Amino acid sequence: MPAAPTPETVDALMPEVAALIIEALNLEIAATEIEADAPLYGEGLGLDSIDVLEIALVVSKRYGFQLRSDNTDNVRIFASLRALSTHIASQRTL
Amino acid sequence: MNSLPLLDRKRAPGETFAWRPEGPATVGDFLAAAHWLAGRLPAGDWLLNLCEDRYRFAVGFAAGLIAGKTSLQPSSLSPETLHQLAADYPGLAALCDGETETGNLPRIPFPALPALAPCADVPEIDAEREVAILFTSGSTGLPQPQRKTWGRLVCNARAGASVLGLDACPHNIVGTVPIQHSYGFESTFLLALHGGCPIWSGKPFFPQDIAAALAAVPQPRLLVTTPFHLSALLAADIPLPPVERVLSATAPLTAELAARAEQRCNTCVEEIYGTTESGQLASRRTVDGPAWKCLPEIILTQKAGQTVASGGHVEGEVLLGDVIERLPDNKFLLLGRHADLINIAGKRTSLAYLNHQINAIPGVVDAAFHLPDGDESETPRLTAFVVAPALERQQLLAALRQRIDPIFLPRPLILLDTLPRNSTGKLPREALQALCAKRRQHD
Repeated sequence: MPAAPTPETVDALMPEVAALIIEALNLEIAATEIEADAPLYGEGLGLDSIDVLEIALVVSKRYGFQLRSDNTDNVRIFASLRALSTHIASQRTL
Repeated sequence: MNSLPLLDRKRAPGETFAWRPEGPATVGDFLAAAHWLAGRLPAGDWLLNLCEDRYRFAVGFAAGLIAGKTSLQPSSLSPETLHQLAADYPGLAALCDGETETGNLPRIPFPALPALAPCADVPEIDAEREVAILFTSGSTGLPQPQRKTWGRLVCNARAGASVLGLDACPHNIVGTVPIQHSYGFESTFLLALHGGCPIWSGKPFFPQDIAAALAAVPQPRLLVTTPFHLSALLAADIPLPPVERVLSATAPLTAELAARAEQRCNTCVEEIYGTTESGQLASRRTVDGPAWKCLPEIILTQKAGQTVASGGHVEGEVLLGDVIERLPDNKFLLLGRHADLINIAGKRTSLAYLNHQINAIPGVVDAAFHLPDGDESETPRLTAFVVAPALERQQLLAALRQRIDPIFLPRPLILLDTLPRNSTGKLPREALQALCAKRRQHD
């Protein structure tokens, strides 16, 4: 298991990941409008499974690892911008 | 009584029925589990089987069959749908193996299966019995129940297995589609019962999950998927184990994507055409050309521009939502959907239904959904134009989420002072298209 990323690393990564999501999904909002701890699914940003696969593709190209739902909880990874950024920080190879 | 067995009697009790991460379940294990669970289901005529794991779904469905229940399989699980099901089917309970929200419906957590001695008792089921109800959203706005008898389902499964040649050469199936919906139900679950094909228990989602699931089952392999998942899998560009066959449905594959998949995976990509109302109707190998070939015994007839399917496993006559050109030799071309019908990533609905739902939200004065022209992607998105002076965008989206499947949520939702209705009160498609174009210029 890679070491857990520090809160500072995650904080630093979040704006970049927010921008990536907005670009991948063509959302009409500013990166700062994605709240760090609001849910990405459902009530928050309202993402669905199509969006999640699109994000997975850009994440894999940008950070050099493949998302998995078998060994890590898909719902947990996409729980919030912070959760996704934490997962990326712990798995990235690029 | 004309009856048919739960599963193909040629299957030996020791053969694999399902591959699971913890090891294979044999036909004998499956039968033992089904009999065991049948005695533990609560009373009631209906079962909402929400198990995501294909093996647990299969055990739950078979247990329901043995216990005399009918399986309800809605197209979405929105709070509205759950509410309606609870009202229409008294005593309904939901068999769950995950966190799925079930509203007010009682939950039956899928029990941990004890170690059971393999069983060789294959139950016989009355062919005339209604065993499953699959729901479509229907163009009238209300979910339409499509009732399936056991006889029709078995006939459907055998026709599907035969047209793909799986009866002669069973494949190990990995499916990316939900087992409860028409396509996944026919092409994973029914093929496991009456097509001789062992199934992978999981529902892999990310490309790497699909690669791992394929690697977890022996050759020959059949991947049951959709254009959307297939396109994501190819875009990921990861190593894949050999996949002998790929089956796609829910929306037509482009010849380009099919050719790329065939080359990249050294595989054969076939498509199934069908509807929830009729079950599967036709198939094609996409790279061979655009024509579809009807399954044996399926007949298409045309009246006044509409196409009707009948024969074989089709119950009565089913009106199809697609514009079809018939060709000789029981073949046909799909020319597109009738204008009102929407298909996004395999989920179907109609503009009439969506418009009904959005206009029913308190505070909405006028509203219309629109599918913009010129979206050539695998997954087009809807636009909604809304007049609702007292509501914020977020309130509107939250209210819509209660009513419709998230896939149909508008992106974007455009707030206006009035809609461009003409003198007769109609909303011309061209006017909505012009609004979309105008908006794009501002971006």
